Amino acid sequence: MNLARADGAAIALRGNKRGVPACISCHGAHGEGMPANGYPRLAGLNAGYLETQLEAFANGQRVNAMMAPVAQTLNADERAAVAKYYAALNNPPDPKKMLAPTDSAGARLATQGRWSQNLPACTQCHGAMGVGVGASFPALAGQSSLYIENQLRAWQQATRAPGPLGLMKVIASKLSAADIQELAAYFSALPANNSTRKGSP
Amino acid sequence: MNLRSSVILVTAILIAAATGIVVVAQDHTHEKSASSTQAQNNIPSSSVTAGFTSQTLFQPPAERNMPDDEFGKTIKHGQEIFENTKNIAPQYVGNASNLRCSSCHLDAGRLANSAPLWAAYVSYPSYRSKNKHVNTYAERLQGCFKYSMNGKAPPLGDPVLVALESYSYWLASGAPIDPKIPGRGYPPVSHPLAGDYRRGQQVYEQHCALCHGADGAGQTDARNQANFPALWGAKSFNWGAGMSSIKNAAGFIKANMPLGLGGSLSDQEAWDVATFMDSHERPQDPRFNGSIAQTRAQHHDSADELYGVVVNGHLLGQGIVAAKPDSGGEKQ
Ligand code: HEC
Ligand code: HEC
Repeated sequence: MNLARADGAAIALRGNKRGVPACISCHGAHGEGMPANGYPRLAGLNAGYLETQLEAFANGQRVNAMMAPVAQTLNADERAAVAKYYAALNNPPDPKKMLAPTDSAGARLATQGRWSQNLPACTQCHGAMGVGVGASFPALAGQSSLYIENQLRAWQQATRAPGPLGLMKVIASKLSAADIQELAAYFSALPANNSTRKGSP
Repeated sequence: MNLRSSVILVTAILIAAATGIVVVAQDHTHEKSASSTQAQNNIPSSSVTAGFTSQTLFQPPAERNMPDDEFGKTIKHGQEIFENTKNIAPQYVGNASNLRCSSCHLDAGRLANSAPLWAAYVSYPSYRSKNKHVNTYAERLQGCFKYSMNGKAPPLGDPVLVALESYSYWLASGAPIDPKIPGRGYPPVSHPLAGDYRRGQQVYEQHCALCHGADGAGQTDARNQANFPALWGAKSFNWGAGMSSIKNAAGFIKANMPLGLGGSLSDQEAWDVATFMDSHERPQDPRFNGSIAQTRAQHHDSADELYGVVVNGHLLGQGIVAAKPDSGGEKQ
């Protein structure tokens, strides 16, 4: 590891000297995202996951016009540092969100799947209540609903790389437009958890 | 459904019936998106999965039709135990275990070819060579706790057994009493070549380790709750469990793994990776009688079982001493 380690907080709050804008300008002052614009929450997501996504934006596996120049202008050290910074950020408790709906169509699909189509429950991989599992299965709880919808459509339209084992591409191919809306509504209504840092390296 | 698609479907079923091949009836939108996925990315589509036509399989009742009365409460409780075993019935689950009933019986015990409860329910009482007497359904459930959950058998009449039996009975509503009911257990898997540890290891690293971990110990979620089940080691099922037979494990894996991509491994790959999984040490068989060789002779005398066999210089069947409680257990 480089001794002069990149400063994740500085990048997030001010960007870098090579023209990377401050992450907070799009991802919110506390990493909470801008849900209405589909800019994702980063706070509390797994560091390994965030770093992998930054790499994917940088090498073009994951296509996004806003994130590509950002990720390409960060070096590997900076990507790792800013990923760590966001993984360690707490999400303030949101009392409004503590009672997630359990009987909506989205809740049922998320927690039971639709096995007639060989579609597992989302929570089997993303953890109970969508809290995330390790570096490969990102938290969905409290994520921007527009962002969730955008990602599922991106897999349907092949603008996001299939990812590990191509699992999400296959899963997204089995979802209707209505499914996507209901699932996004369900996960975005869950409280963003505060303990994902435990799963970080 | 229009005439054309019903003709296609009927033809498909006739072909399936004549050849024993698999068809999954799906609606057209899904077939289309699944096959375009396959073309673009070489990912197996759901139409190559699961070996059956949904037409010929028994369908358990929908969850919303659970009776809304005292009996319904017990049925519901059974389902909760099934999906959240360690939180609700911790006294019967091994300390270290990170499995739940639904780890192996997918879709809360509903899924055909994943040892569904409705098929098991209509298959008992039955004589089992495993213990050489006629077993009731309740005794069969006890076996799952003792071996697969590496725990303790709930006594007959215990509310946990009553709830699980009620849930199974309800899922089987309208099914014929028939131990050969289609979808029972796991479909058989062929293996032209003998199972191979090295080939199995490659399959494991490529297709399984993402979820179950390179060390086979499974994974906990970000709140430290058990998520992906352990496949060997202290947190897994013990040597007495059905999954410690390569034949059973290969059948489950072929039909259901990786999660959401069932049917994508070849039979040989499923057999090899089951061989790899069952070549690892796990908790001792509760029927252990002091001698690995004798326990093998009495309970594991089959080419599909590796208990008592030396693999990579290790004699399997020693069990795991001093299993530490799972730090990632489900304490809520
Ligand atoms: C101009 C706005 C903008 C800026 C500045 C920006 N981002 Fe993003 N970011 C986005 C958008 C929009 C997405 C969602 C892309 C998509 O829909 O695929 C995103 C997605 C991401 C993701 C993927 C999250 C996930 O859950 O997969 C990561 C990681 C990320 N950004 C990190 C950063 C970091 C670190 C910075 C600062 C160095 C930054 N972003 C700056 C707009 C921005
Ligand atoms: C078999 C495991 C599995 C299942 C089941 C699963 N996912 Fe995923 N999901 C993944 C993996 C792996 C990733 C990470 C993909 C990547 O790295 O590109 C992911 C990523 C996602 C993302 C992107 C999150 C982000 O921050 O960018 C969304 C949204 C998502 N999944 C939604 C769902 C929904 C909704 C379901 C249920 C319909 C579901 N997933 C079921 C494995 C799974």
